[in-house]
Amino acid sequence: MLQEESDISLIIAQIVQKLKGSNLYAQLERQAWGSWEKRILKSLNSMCTELSIPLARKRPVGEQKELLNKWNEMGTDEPDLSLFRPVYAPKDFLEVLINLRNPNYENGDSLSFRTHLGLIQVPLKVKDIPELKECFVELGLNTGQLGIDDSTQVPPELFENEHVRIGQKVLAEQDSAAAQQYVRQGSPTALRAELWALILNISSQPEDILYYEQLKTNVIQHDLLVDSLIYKDVKLTASNDDYYFVFEDYLYQVLLCFSRDTSVLGHFAYNSASPPKSYIRGKLGLEEYAVFYPPNGVIPFHGFSMYVAPLCFLYHEPSKLYQVFREMYVRFFFRLHSISSHPSGIVSLCLLFETLLQTYLPQLFYHLREIGAQPLRISFKWMVRAFSGYLATDQLLLLWDRILGYNSLEILAVLAAAVFAFRAVNLMEVTSLAAAEAVLADLSTLKVMPLLQIFLFATVT
Amino acid sequence: MSRVSVPCHVKGTVALQVGDVRTSQGRPGVLVIDVTFPSVAPFELQEIMFKNYYTAFLSIRVRQHTSMHTPAKWVTCLRDYCLMPDPHSEEGAQEYVSLFKHQMLCDMARVLELRLILRQPSPLWLSFTVEELQIYQQGPKSPSMTFPKWLSHPVPCEQPVPLLEGLPDPSRVSSEVQQMWALTEMIRASHTSARIGRFDVDGCYDLNLLSYT
Repeated sequence: MLQEESDISLIIAQIVQKLKGSNLYAQLERQAWGSWEKRILKSLNSMCTELSIPLARKRPVGEQKELLNKWNEMGTDEPDLSLFRPVYAPKDFLEVLINLRNPNYENGDSLSFRTHLGLIQVPLKVKDIPELKECFVELGLNTGQLGIDDSTQVPPELFENEHVRIGQKVLAEQDSAAAQQYVRQGSPTALRAELWALILNISSQPEDILYYEQLKTNVIQHDLLVDSLIYKDVKLTASNDDYYFVFEDYLYQVLLCFSRDTSVLGHFAYNSASPPKSYIRGKLGLEEYAVFYPPNGVIPFHGFSMYVAPLCFLYHEPSKLYQVFREMYVRFFFRLHSISSHPSGIVSLCLLFETLLQTYLPQLFYHLREIGAQPLRISFKWMVRAFSGYLATDQLLLLWDRILGYNSLEILAVLAAAVFAFRAVNLMEVTSLAAAEAVLADLSTLKVMPLLQIFLFATVT
Repeated sequence: MSRVSVPCHVKGTVALQVGDVRTSQGRPGVLVIDVTFPSVAPFELQEIMFKNYYTAFLSIRVRQHTSMHTPAKWVTCLRDYCLMPDPHSEEGAQEYVSLFKHQMLCDMARVLELRLILRQPSPLWLSFTVEELQIYQQGPKSPSMTFPKWLSHPVPCEQPVPLLEGLPDPSRVSSEVQQMWALTEMIRASHTSARIGRFDVDGCYDLNLLSYT
């Protein structure tokens, strides 16, 4: 009898312990992310039922032949996409991030030193400018940069010629680590494609080309609902862009194949998200018939195609373009649209941006907050897209050089803060969110490297 | 080295605070957790494992069994071990931590009781503690095997048996068989990680709706 009693009390003690919520924070993170994922799935499902279009269907042979013939000019197709809507846009995702809370964190009602004045309320550790200076030491004033020291006024003998020579040597030696170190100072346009491929360990072996052809066959054979979302996204974003509309066909060729690539599922091992699941029709609940949808587990959102567009300037062979994009996605871009506490994750980037602005431009930050124009609301879309579509392409490629060189996305947050610093005088005079957006609407004339250098190394702190 | 979990009794946390706990405004920044081992004889501690929950610094004091005449004293075996590099931010706040015998300041030979002193100087957190505390002692050494006599004292080489007509040299055959065996072991060991890349089930990818679970 006594033994049973002590057993029961042990069980009760264990239950009480569990209810106390030992990992509330991790649970909350999972809850927030879980409910966000559910929203996306619901949206996709309702699109499916409303439009009576299956998630996936096998194409009849005639249609397969037609698509194969049209493969290189899918942009000429004008399907009716008016009923499709993007599953989510960056601003929806921002709302989820704003509502992330840690239950163990003191979020008092009264304003005190512990209140976060920005939108992000999660106390992650972010770097300040002295730490960033140490981290991005090659961007310093005493080091030559492409994007600054290759301008027409500077004689090429001072920096550019030598830099190109070193780049050629790095390529000749095929040294991947040296290439990564090299592009921190920028990559010459002629060498960039090869350097990036070297850093990302992309080799064009016959099996890689064969793999791409296999993906192409998968696209021909099966039609996915996600394809229409991709079409719509490309038409709405890249096709409307002055720089990227010429690459429309390439974008379809890359993104449609990307959706069928099951090797991308591997990145979910270090991504907190999980791929959506479904079952073969009629076999609901049977694990042998469970599949991922789409096959690569990634549901594209509004603006997704802009991750691919800048790469089209560098690579013209579809299978190589595809490989480079896929590698960049599983290394960097996935962090921009999933919740995690990683220093390069979007939550940390947002917090880094807000902290930099608050610390080094306090008057501007306070003014924007007072007029209801929280700075993150404007800069979020820049960071989620890694500035693609907002900067001029040569400037964007110089920025992405540094992402690869430092293997970190923190430079995006630093650039966002530097842009605000640059336009601070105009921003101090606006009186509404719309006016602030207007001041920051056009970034196409900005020179990225001088902005970064001044913000990190030349601002009086 | 194998390790064996020691059943322990973790007493409730005691907050150390000046003044009345209920009426004072601030939250306690120091907690003490006592760990006793009621049904175990004094043992040699190998490892302490736990999950952190927002504790910034950890000190551990140990009371060891001494000979009959001297009373057991409390000794600090770990002083201000840093669990969170920045007490105000999330880094290290929910990590799993293992502390080993060699990290301790004193010998952990005959442990009677442990006292964990948790510190969290930051006022930002509502509570802090350590969870899933587990104490390990060294596992039993693997029993010594007595080798059969013929292994430890190999017989001197015998005169090779004269080759029978028409049969290949047995030593050459055995070396070739060994090479083949090594090859098969190599192939079996290196599993190719290349995926097949099929996302459909037997050619069918006709799906229901997406599932929420």
